[in-house]
Amino acid sequence: MSSLKITIGAVNTRPGSSREYKTGGWRTMRPQVDVEKCIQCLQCLAYCPDGAISKSENAVQIDLDYCKGCGICAKECPVKAIVMLKEEK
Amino acid sequence: MARQTALTVKGNMATALGAKLCRPHVVPAYPITPSTLFPEKMSEYIADGELKASMIRVESEHSAMSACIGASATGARVCTASASQGIALMHEMLFIAAGMRLPIVMAVGNRALSAPINIWADHQDTMASRDCGWLQFFAERNQEGLDLMIMAFRIAEDERVLLPAMVGIDAFVLTHTMEGVQVPAQEDVDDFLPPYTPKHGVLDPAHPATFGSFGTPEVYQEFKYMQTRALEDSPAVIDQVFDDFERRFGRRYSRITPYRCEDADVVLLTMGSMTGTARAAVDELREQGEKAGLAKLTVFRPFPGDQLKEIAGHVPGLAVVDRNISPGFGGAVFAEAAGTFVNERQRPLIKNFITGLGGREIFKENIKDMYHRTKQAVEAGRVDQPVEWVNLNREVLP
Repeated sequence: MSSLKITIGAVNTRPGSSREYKTGGWRTMRPQVDVEKCIQCLQCLAYCPDGAISKSENAVQIDLDYCKGCGICAKECPVKAIVMLKEEK
Repeated sequence: MARQTALTVKGNMATALGAKLCRPHVVPAYPITPSTLFPEKMSEYIADGELKASMIRVESEHSAMSACIGASATGARVCTASASQGIALMHEMLFIAAGMRLPIVMAVGNRALSAPINIWADHQDTMASRDCGWLQFFAERNQEGLDLMIMAFRIAEDERVLLPAMVGIDAFVLTHTMEGVQVPAQEDVDDFLPPYTPKHGVLDPAHPATFGSFGTPEVYQEFKYMQTRALEDSPAVIDQVFDDFERRFGRRYSRITPYRCEDADVVLLTMGSMTGTARAAVDELREQGEKAGLAKLTVFRPFPGDQLKEIAGHVPGLAVVDRNISPGFGGAVFAEAAGTFVNERQRPLIKNFITGLGGREIFKENIKDMYHRTKQAVEAGRVDQPVEWVNLNREVLP
């Protein structure tokens, strides 16, 4: 954030710069995947409203740059492989 | 002194003449009483080849201001006109114009808001737009409407300001009333008003950019701080432009103009066309030995608290005349004046008079009544009733 400079009239002259904007900072709860329990059914991937979940080699991976910690993945996981932990500063 | 042409015109034509002399590139407008003559005249100037500009005939005032915003973002000089319900309909776009720092100039025919429907003089429309971040000017006469349009462009476009501006002329009392005006020559206005060349960004398909982009909690407050500072620092620019205008065209403007205030017991603070009546009332009061003074507010936003303190800080009583009402408190100008003095050790007792709503006539007798009621408060050393309605016809109340 410290390198950020605002402009008069909120003019942004770099198209596509929204890619640099990470929304994970809104999160208060962080999902944690238990790799041993995960059966790779990909229910969490289908339910994630932010598209922040992808398939990894043995389990699923959650992109914490965009995960907002809604907890839908933990709720939907049929084998309780995802737990929500409080974010600590 | 620059050569000028004398003409007799209605207020709307005076603001249109002022706008034309600024050579706007785009005029998006939706006609509404009492401002309709403004877009009519602009379209006539364009049709007659007197003005090279695009007139955009939009489907609503919301679209009018949206088109102003888009056009201004391309670096064009843009003006429009509206009033009352029209300004209410463009309300959300007014905030966007200011937040995007676009120096759009709007001629306003100050008119009451419904319900009940009313097309006559009232400052409610502009007052309801107070917090949108625009500069707000009020004219006493048609000449002021013309001059303030020209000065509004120069102030708004100054890179230390970069904010939109409204120039208010009272419905009918000015908009539809013929009055003699001095019209500056085109070359002198060209010399006074440099071309608008924005440095903060120009909307151009060859160089894509986002305007008024997303402002998260991490930066929104800083945007508002920057915008507010621009408005609050603008008096330096306003005073400079007023001085330069006087040097070139011989007419003096001030954010607040005092009249016979030096030894006054009570100063009346007025805005718009009522000022002429108040000046005549003050003269008559003076002839009767009463120490009345007058302060005319020309710039409502940014509020000239510094000048009000100079003029009225040492006066025993201040009577604020409001042609608007903020229901549940009082007049908008009263709130500003009272706020100006809140931390001052030396300050006047302040009374507020609500009058002239929806075109109700404001007579000299009403002004004198306000003077006497404020003087009584000064003599009593206290204000029992800060907000009073003047010329209220209680007989029609149920």
